[in-house]
Amino acid sequence: MLPLEIQPDVLKRMTSRAEAAFPNECCGFFYGAEGEVKRAITATTAVDNHKEGDQRRRFEISDLDYMKAERHAAKEGLTLLGVYHSHPLHPAIPSEYDNAVAMPFFSYLIVSVQPEGTAHVRSWQLDDSRCFQEESLVTLPEAWRV
Amino acid sequence: MARLTCNTISDNPSTMPTLIIPTPLRKFTDGQGTFSAPADTVKSLLASLAEAHPGLKPHVFEDSGVLRSFIRVYVGDEDIRALQGEDTPLVERDDVSIIPAIAGGLCGSTL
Repeated sequence: MLPLEIQPDVLKRMTSRAEAAFPNECCGFFYGAEGEVKRAITATTAVDNHKEGDQRRRFEISDLDYMKAERHAAKEGLTLLGVYHSHPLHPAIPSEYDNAVAMPFFSYLIVSVQPEGTAHVRSWQLDDSRCFQEESLVTLPEAWRV
Repeated sequence: MARLTCNTISDNPSTMPTLIIPTPLRKFTDGQGTFSAPADTVKSLLASLAEAHPGLKPHVFEDSGVLRSFIRVYVGDEDIRALQGEDTPLVERDDVSIIPAIAGGLCGSTL
């Protein structure tokens, strides 16, 4: 599993959105390129949480927004590398539901948010047994590490 | 006023329907973003895909062979659930998209 190298401004956009959405969950996509030794994340797009009802413990991205993300990646010459979402008041550990829905290849980055701001950030990817394995975030600020 | 008649030119040069493979499943299709095969229904096109690229089967189908509930299939801009499901007929040059449902969150216990 390759380490993730996230551009600082791109990471900041994700965490800022997670903080702005608190106490609800936010979600979005990120893009970049996968090389021999790392995944480089260079862009992100935010999308609306389409989950009906209580959004404090669930997020959902519409099929149309997914199609737009694929088209955006193709247009920009980037690879759609994964999805981010937030866990308000909870650690950035995937839930059973996260696992059931997850697709291979994608990185699933989770921002743990507290009322005072981002607590920590972790990222996960399914292995061949459909179990989540944690990915290393090489450019993550020390304050957001577990 | 005279009207010009324009011929519609499809992106698909073949006369077979084309499946558009989402990024996370391309690791099972040798990086290919599309798959074409002769098929008259969505079901037969998906079956051809699974036969050609068996590695993606557990991510698209349940063990029983039905589509996973987290997988959507569109013919053009129409969700097949609003058409005839997997029995939705296909015609030449139809574009069929596999869309992974993207959802999650805290609901339920953490792993």
